[in-house]
Amino acid sequence: MHHAATLDAHTAVGSDRLRAVARNAFPFVVVGTIWEVVARAGVFPRQLFPTLEDVARSLVDLTVSGILPHHAFETVLRLLSGFGLAAILGVGIGVLMGRSRRAEDIILPLVSILAPIPGLAYAPLFLLWFGPGELSAVLLVAFVSMFSIIFNSWTGVKAVKEIWLRSALAMGADDRRVFRHVILPGALPYILTGLRLGLAQAWRILVAVEMLAAVPWGLGWLIFGAREFLNTDAMMAGIVVIALIGLGLEKFVFQKIEHYTVVRWGMMEAMSRSP
Amino acid sequence: MNESTQRRRTMIRGLLSLAAAAAFYQLVALSGYFPRVLLPTIPTVLTTLYDMLSDGSMLHHAAATLYRVLLGFALAISVGLPLGILMARFKPVENFFLPLVSALMPIPSFALVPLFMLWFGIGNLTTVLIVFYAATFPMLFNTWTGVRSVNPIWLRAAGAMGADEKRLFWKVIVPGASPFIITGMRQAFLRSWIAVVGAEMIAASDYGLGWVIFDSKEFLQTDIMMAALVVIGFIGYVFERVVFGSIERATVYRWGMVRMAKG
Repeated sequence: MHHAATLDAHTAVGSDRLRAVARNAFPFVVVGTIWEVVARAGVFPRQLFPTLEDVARSLVDLTVSGILPHHAFETVLRLLSGFGLAAILGVGIGVLMGRSRRAEDIILPLVSILAPIPGLAYAPLFLLWFGPGELSAVLLVAFVSMFSIIFNSWTGVKAVKEIWLRSALAMGADDRRVFRHVILPGALPYILTGLRLGLAQAWRILVAVEMLAAVPWGLGWLIFGAREFLNTDAMMAGIVVIALIGLGLEKFVFQKIEHYTVVRWGMMEAMSRSP
Repeated sequence: MNESTQRRRTMIRGLLSLAAAAAFYQLVALSGYFPRVLLPTIPTVLTTLYDMLSDGSMLHHAAATLYRVLLGFALAISVGLPLGILMARFKPVENFFLPLVSALMPIPSFALVPLFMLWFGIGNLTTVLIVFYAATFPMLFNTWTGVRSVNPIWLRAAGAMGADEKRLFWKVIVPGASPFIITGMRQAFLRSWIAVVGAEMIAASDYGLGWVIFDSKEFLQTDIMMAALVVIGFIGYVFERVVFGSIERATVYRWGMVRMAKG
């Protein structure tokens, strides 16, 4: 490596980054190669086990023709409307429970009975009650993601230290100001955690909901429908897009929220929970 | 007002709230405003539940579901736990698997159901594999985090006191990582439980609690649906509280690692 001496700091950083990329890409190359070899060897029917080429081609075709973006758009829209509903209701109910002992006593038993049942188990019931289409799908997503938002908002409001409230009151703050300037900021890290959990649950359940409900568009519907015609390549293309959306949520929403709450509020125990 | 009257008030209000909700539901169901098949009365649901329990059909469904969920969960632990430990202890293993895990983890398990149905057909194999997929990642991820977060000072102290690799592993690393591992199991089971119900609905065979719920939709048997919901809720509750609760008491609390992640 006699060139190394002549490299300036800038390219040294560049080659470090290159090495990191190569290291991350390596496992995918290995798995991809194995996949390709198995697919081409004809061990399994090509229709059931498409080559990466086929998958890539149908990914491009479906994207260019606008079919895949339309499915993805409807899925994201459904996710956001269900989650938005859950966020409004969940934070509202949770904060109310945290503030009022009476509300807590009344709502908590109901919530505790409904929450432990996996959300998808309610799906057929929702489909019967609210029709087989869009309404059921959105309501179900909202219902499923609401519980962790309620529980976390409730915990957050209860975790606000009594002494903060008393000192704010002693300094002459009225109820509204106490709520706005003490309770809300104090509970916010918990509320954000609840929202993050809720969104993750909504996302996991949505794909299945789209398979069960009769919706005309949506990635869940796309991959489920592709099964009928043995379009395994289209199915895989759909799964790739689902993975990308999931990854996007993870990188741009969940990690951002976590970083924001942990850093901004100094809740370091979330990061270093080691005893 | 002292604490015990407050607690009693909480209990009374809770019971009143449940009774009021039940009475309200019953009134709506009786009012005939909605079709009776869609909104069965509470006695109807209870009768159905009792009938299905006593003729054994509900137990059969529950057994099928439990078999799938426990098999998938056991597979997930037997892969996720060792792999998580290996990833945390050996850098090359981590370098190879971490990118793959990060790419697969955001895919909801249900997205794989149609693919697995094509590959493995309808029935047990597909459901078990979906459960396995859903449960492996929380197990793996928590184990990995747990082993990495074992305090290096403990390792060095044990090493200085002459512990060999094997003792180090069993006496320091395993207990040190145990709160994370148990949290991982708990999360993994929760995911498995959700996954098995969903997978049974889509990749249905002929038994299973998820399957019976979905199947009774075809025949508008809302009472069977609700009876199955009760059983699902009950089993989930038993596992969450009784099984994992006692595992926690037997391990984490006894070893004095009280700083548990809140379940």
